[in-house]
Amino acid sequence: MSGQVLGDKRTNLSQEGWLRSIPKPLHAWLLPVAILIVWEAVSRLELIPATMLPAPTAILKQFVELIVSGELYKHLSISVYRAMMGFLIGAGTGLLLGLVTGLNKLAEKTLDPSLQMMWTIPLLSLIPLFILWFGVGEFSKILMISLGAFFPVYMNTFLGIRNVDVRLFEVARMFQYSRLQLIAKLIIPSALPNILLGIRLSLGISWLVLVVAEMMGASAGVGYMIQDARAYMRTDVVFVGIIIFALIGKLSDSGVRLLEKRWLRWRDTFKG
Amino acid sequence: MAADTLVIERLNRTFTSPAGDVTALSNIALKVKKGELITLIGPSGCGKSTLLKIVAGLDSDYSGTVLLNDKPIEGPSIEKGFIFQEPRLFPWLTVEKNIAGNLSLKDSKVRARVDELIALVRLKGFEKSYPRELSGGMAQRVSIARALLRNPEVLLLDEPFGALDAFTRAHLQEVLLDIWQKNRTTMLFVTHDLDEAVFLAERVVIMNPRPGHIRTVLPIDLPFPRKRASQSFQELRRKVLSEFEKVEEPAVDRDHGAGI
Repeated sequence: MSGQVLGDKRTNLSQEGWLRSIPKPLHAWLLPVAILIVWEAVSRLELIPATMLPAPTAILKQFVELIVSGELYKHLSISVYRAMMGFLIGAGTGLLLGLVTGLNKLAEKTLDPSLQMMWTIPLLSLIPLFILWFGVGEFSKILMISLGAFFPVYMNTFLGIRNVDVRLFEVARMFQYSRLQLIAKLIIPSALPNILLGIRLSLGISWLVLVVAEMMGASAGVGYMIQDARAYMRTDVVFVGIIIFALIGKLSDSGVRLLEKRWLRWRDTFKG
Repeated sequence: MAADTLVIERLNRTFTSPAGDVTALSNIALKVKKGELITLIGPSGCGKSTLLKIVAGLDSDYSGTVLLNDKPIEGPSIEKGFIFQEPRLFPWLTVEKNIAGNLSLKDSKVRARVDELIALVRLKGFEKSYPRELSGGMAQRVSIARALLRNPEVLLLDEPFGALDAFTRAHLQEVLLDIWQKNRTTMLFVTHDLDEAVFLAERVVIMNPRPGHIRTVLPIDLPFPRKRASQSFQELRRKVLSEFEKVEEPAVDRDHGAGI
């Protein structure tokens, strides 16, 4: 039995022999690089027209041009501003209301059912209403984003608070923690893993809603840049926009994960 | 008058449930002198943990008198240190911060006392460790230090070493005696381990279930440090055990026998 397992392992190793000649940190890059090479070849050979799928090098060239002309900076700065404002307002309110409903039974009974009901409404179905009420200006965009950013933080904060170990409450009672100490030194640290998860989800949704909001009507922003480029068949610019979103999404997610690493060092969990 | 830290008189505690009332404690009377180390022993269901919770102020639904330094118990407070069966440390705090709890380590007095206690429970070098990095015995020592930080009038221990292996348990019993001899903290120690009860106590309170009451209180007049293998120790152990056999005889035919 064990001999058989060993035998299997050996054949696996010989199959992966070529992999070992490549340094380990580069393993994750193998597939993307292969795809890029094929993609470039397909475009160069004009198997697919450039208006549908421009070559990676053409996209890169466009990328550089947009940076040099300052065009990209203009769009990116307004997009980041909208997303961050919306995120801060939405996540901030979510954290606050999550704390209030989590800590207070009365607030839970009066607020939570309504909020839960609102959560089931698909956010994007509200767009027409928002345009009717607030027009297509900044206010309506930021409001949309904050609404999207609100729920993940709200729900996870509430959940985190309700998951605090009741036995630790008994300890805090024995040591006469004040109400404030109870919140600051027991409840929030204990709920922090959930809160951070909520923030991560919320950041992701902020970007999503931002793109939709900018595509529904704007005169600047990366979403607008994509929409505008599509109208002029500038597929390379569309790709630049997508790449920008990917990069920023990854960047902000890594930021929160860095916080998780620092703040949740104490956790003893399965690490794969 | 000799200073009685804890006075319990005519204490009754009944749990009401739809299935009927259960008398957990019936007419308990006990006086604990300042600096005394008392162990409470009895089979499960004898109410020993309930008694401890009442003294801690975690359970106030009783009738009778419970006085700590002549004052009735009013809820949990720092005068009563409580050590649970599990360490119950805050997992996001280091050892030293767990001990400090809601007091600030920036306060030089707190800092000095925490360092002193870390040395007392023999955890030097682990100040900055997180609970997940500690063994069960070490974690329980942190919880002892945490309870001692506020110099409680009485330290209540609810089967604190019950979940530990025999070697760790013996070690922690010695640590606890060492602390007791240095600090002379009044201690009420609940256990279901016969050896532990005799090894630690100046007096052993033997409790009997259905309804929970005190069967007898046995003084253990052995000098510290005690030798478990000594004849006098074994004799006292047998004496305590014989009290149990008397206690449990009528119950055996009804359901589970003594778990001792």
